[in-house]
Amino acid sequence: MAKFQSLQEAVAENLRDGDTVAFEGFTHLIPHAAAHEVIRQGRKDLTLIRMTPDIIYDQMIGMGLARKVIFSYAGNPGVGLLRRMRDAIENSWPRSIETVEHSHAAMANAYEAGAAGLPCAVFRGYRGAGLKEVNPAIKSVTCPFTGEELAAVPAHRPDVTFIHAQKASKRGEVLVEGIVGVQKEAVLSAKRAVVTVEEIVDDFDDLHPNLCILPHWTVTSIVHVPGGAHPSYTHGYYDRDNANYLEWDKISADRDLFAQWMKDNVLNVGPEVFAARVQGL
Amino acid sequence: MSGFTPTEMMTIAAARALSNDDVCFVGIGAPSAACNVARLTHAPDITLIYESGTIGTAPEVLPLSIGDGELCETAVSTVPVPEMFRYWLQGGRISIGFLGAAQLDRFGNINTTVIGDYNHPKVRLPGGGGAPEIATSCKEVYITMKQSTRGMVEKIDFYTSFGHGDGGDHRQRLGIDTKGPTLLITDLATWKPDPDTKEFTVVSMHPGVTREQVQETCGWKVRFADNVEETPPPSELELSTLRDLQARTERAHGGKKGV
Repeated sequence: MAKFQSLQEAVAENLRDGDTVAFEGFTHLIPHAAAHEVIRQGRKDLTLIRMTPDIIYDQMIGMGLARKVIFSYAGNPGVGLLRRMRDAIENSWPRSIETVEHSHAAMANAYEAGAAGLPCAVFRGYRGAGLKEVNPAIKSVTCPFTGEELAAVPAHRPDVTFIHAQKASKRGEVLVEGIVGVQKEAVLSAKRAVVTVEEIVDDFDDLHPNLCILPHWTVTSIVHVPGGAHPSYTHGYYDRDNANYLEWDKISADRDLFAQWMKDNVLNVGPEVFAARVQGL
Repeated sequence: MSGFTPTEMMTIAAARALSNDDVCFVGIGAPSAACNVARLTHAPDITLIYESGTIGTAPEVLPLSIGDGELCETAVSTVPVPEMFRYWLQGGRISIGFLGAAQLDRFGNINTTVIGDYNHPKVRLPGGGGAPEIATSCKEVYITMKQSTRGMVEKIDFYTSFGHGDGGDHRQRLGIDTKGPTLLITDLATWKPDPDTKEFTVVSMHPGVTREQVQETCGWKVRFADNVEETPPPSELELSTLRDLQARTERAHGGKKGV
């Protein structure tokens, strides 16, 4: 049964030092407000799982929260590179991080396997690809029926998954619309799930029955954070702040500029600032 | 037709390679521009798929990311990402995968992962994303990139996405039954793999381009086909479609900013 909490309480109760955690959202619905709260609370030694680490993990890595990152595309989508993540990999700043790199197909399959309660995902992948030479978690299995060799990777089983969504009902049901990404799989594969939402409504009685709804008993905690995906977007509420993604390339290029930006925009503010950030988008 | 840039010629030549019947998995950047020019000119019914799960999308402006909202709003259907990779890509439903490359070798193997050693990289690039499986699960693969000796190299530093490996029947030997890279479009030329060796060979040069220019900007010894054609220059319609698309894109991505 989902609890309705403040973001401060939800993070404090659900995420511990050393946890394996996924903040998912495929370009869309990236839970930035939740990540900022984690940064404010100073969690340490996290194993971060995310298909595209995006700005959200660039910030967490740059602030030294991560011990390990499991990912499949370390870029700032449409802009270029993730400069804080690169600084950690190339120069161990502010600390060294372990990386476990996959393809998108492997990551998506690993979430699905986690949601399905399987120990591993099996798929036709990595053929001829260099990643299987450098990532020992990529193995192969032989189909017992056809003899075909297939790729196998361990299922994702995060301690906690954070996602952002459009709506929750008062009962705690969660609606995700638009590019649904791996949101459902990431929630169902995790031990605990925290969902930030744009809106809390009375009920979902008038919705189409096939919309992606997570039943209230699959969610641990729900937090009302309008604008909580910014600079990512929430379909039906506000657009992606592409200019902000472009600007991040400059902010993240310089350690001091980054530190100052984090102080001004994350450490010294609270989740209530997100609503104003999406006005006009 | 008056002036056009080499990049415009590249995008338009790439767009021409696509047909109305294609189901195309679109990489971001240059492939995305080419695929949408095709859709807005000679291939209005082409199915464009981005890895965010958007199937049959028709954006008014080029997306900055593969998951921009407009891709979903204009799509025939938007499916979850695990389904995208399992049913649609792995299921063999995509005719063409359209990829860009940071580093490319003569056999169409692509590196977008690292420059230097994987564990101690000189430059850490973003990595593969969907590309490793796009390269092997789509029926065939088109590649587009600008020529440079840094990009087109004798030996790539990392096999992000497998092309023809060491050439010949290397794909078949690995049990890969799709065709792999069948076309390379650069800002100077159009290349196709030799039927036997699978080495990319120049089959057409863009207007005004010389063999020396093609060689100077390529890190391997270039092979030219027996009859190298000249790529027809961009038509008025192709060029205005591309430029309008880019102007709309510029306005859409530069204009909005939150606080």
